[in-house]
Amino acid sequence: MTALPTRKLEAWRYTELKSLAAISFAEPKPAKISAPLPDLGLPRIVFVNGSFNAALSNAPDFVGPFAKVLDDSALPLVQINAANAQDGITIDIPAGIDAGAIMLISYANAAEPIAFHPRHRIVLGTNATLTIIEVALGQGVYWHNPVTDITLQEGATLGHYRLQDESAEAFHLATIRADIAEKAAYESFSLVVGGKLSRAEFHTNLNGPNASTHLNAAQLLRGRQHADFTSVVGHKAPNCASRQTVKSVLFDHARGVFQGRIEVAQIAQKTDGYQMNQALLLSPHAEIDIKPELEIFADDVKCSHGATIGALDPEQIFYLRSRGIPEDQARAMLIRAFLTEALEPVTHEAARTFLEDAIETWWARK
Amino acid sequence: MLDINNLTAKIGDKEILRGVNLTVPDGEIHAIMGPNGAGKSTLSYVLSGREGYEVTGGSATYNGQDLLAMEPEQRAAAGVFLAFQYPVELPGVGNANFIRTALNSIRRARGEAELDAVAFLKLARAAIKNLSMPDDMLKRNVNVGFSGGEKKRNEVLQMALLNPGLAILDETDSGLDIDALKIVADGVNALRSPTFSALVITHYQRLLDHIVPDYVHVLAAGRIVRSGGPELALELEAHGYAGLEAA
Repeated sequence: MTALPTRKLEAWRYTELKSLAAISFAEPKPAKISAPLPDLGLPRIVFVNGSFNAALSNAPDFVGPFAKVLDDSALPLVQINAANAQDGITIDIPAGIDAGAIMLISYANAAEPIAFHPRHRIVLGTNATLTIIEVALGQGVYWHNPVTDITLQEGATLGHYRLQDESAEAFHLATIRADIAEKAAYESFSLVVGGKLSRAEFHTNLNGPNASTHLNAAQLLRGRQHADFTSVVGHKAPNCASRQTVKSVLFDHARGVFQGRIEVAQIAQKTDGYQMNQALLLSPHAEIDIKPELEIFADDVKCSHGATIGALDPEQIFYLRSRGIPEDQARAMLIRAFLTEALEPVTHEAARTFLEDAIETWWARK
Repeated sequence: MLDINNLTAKIGDKEILRGVNLTVPDGEIHAIMGPNGAGKSTLSYVLSGREGYEVTGGSATYNGQDLLAMEPEQRAAAGVFLAFQYPVELPGVGNANFIRTALNSIRRARGEAELDAVAFLKLARAAIKNLSMPDDMLKRNVNVGFSGGEKKRNEVLQMALLNPGLAILDETDSGLDIDALKIVADGVNALRSPTFSALVITHYQRLLDHIVPDYVHVLAAGRIVRSGGPELALELEAHGYAGLEAA
């Protein structure tokens, strides 16, 4: 098996996988569902311990089975996935079709430590649209290492809204690669509330003129949770736009990481690249690491990065309390308000409500 | 009834209130005037429970309840409302959601049923119309991008909807043009009733042309140094605050 990346690699400088390497993982076994799975009345594709579960799923026709592919990726986690992948889905939406919304759920129930490496492939034809609400949850010690490959042909739009709500002992290391053609849009938002250690790594290429992407995220962490958001956005054609708004709310000893690289090729004039990272550090022991990188070879581009780090404003809390709102609720309101901008790409109403409810649930868990 | 007895308070090592005595019976509006640094804003913050002020002695009760022992939200539920001198901006928080959450928090604390969004909007729209305010006031984020006058009007809107028993207006007139001043004054006057009282803190007399107080008190160097009828405000306007401490 390919070795796990170490902190000697620049891309892994802020995320240490020693605690993962120390565990010996068994092959996953079938398991029972011991908690209700989210149901938004949408077609649902359910994986249990990494395997497709037909009984729990009602997949539409455009969802096909896993197809093993050759992968010469240099990314260590993708190599590990390629060597171990046993299941996943293939989605193929023909040109011009609006395929609506589906839920993709990964549920884990690990009696002993298990590892699973799903491989998903999503292709949207010209001007096709799809919304995917992806949820990862479970219990016990496990390592979820999914790789999702996305191809958006001309004018296609994919809304990809992810909720990572894994068990408190879980490792979640997701890689998402998206190739975006002319005028196509990849709209993503990731809400991270679960996992002991997690990373979402995006490799997004804007390959045709006027392609665009949102790579937004919110990390809501407590205890000793560690969450890493890493992105590489390749601007490979003129007039493309990329927007990344990542917000972190960190309690206790939690640690958030943002590494974002924007690569602008010489041909990619009129590139509009934007990164904004904002963190609320709600404990003296919380930590955020922010590493923006801009690599620009074109001369007519607009690329910006901004970062703010702060706490909740006592003036705002007092204002709310003076109006009768209890302190805890006042804090919750301000944290919700802080997250609003990151949720902007979530235009699907049911998805938005689902994610906002997940934020409420997270707040009530403390 | 608001009853303040020999109240002393400090910020850090600095004594700001040095024995304030004041009684505001239900149904009355009292004005507090005084020079800058007299302790006017400190008094309003101490009464509403803002952090950073240490009460070193005396008491403040509202309808017999010890205000100083209560959290700010409990004071609000008891019927105390502070109109801020500098209303706070809340980006990402919609005004309607904010005021409804506040109103329902107060109703919940009092054991009353909460209002759903539809019932609240009906109430809020009526209040907005009464106060001649623009409709979009509810849709915008709390005080974000509001002009100085709009912020003060938003305070009055909140006051109208939360319907307090005691309103403390901390220099609500500062930075207002005459039209906005009238709207604010109308908002306060509309609440006048035998069960409503107000403490109107102001540096200038002009607000008191529109909200005519029952009594005027002069706060100087942390104490009330003179009290009188509305004519006292006119006298202060004519002669200024100089020499008051000696009086």
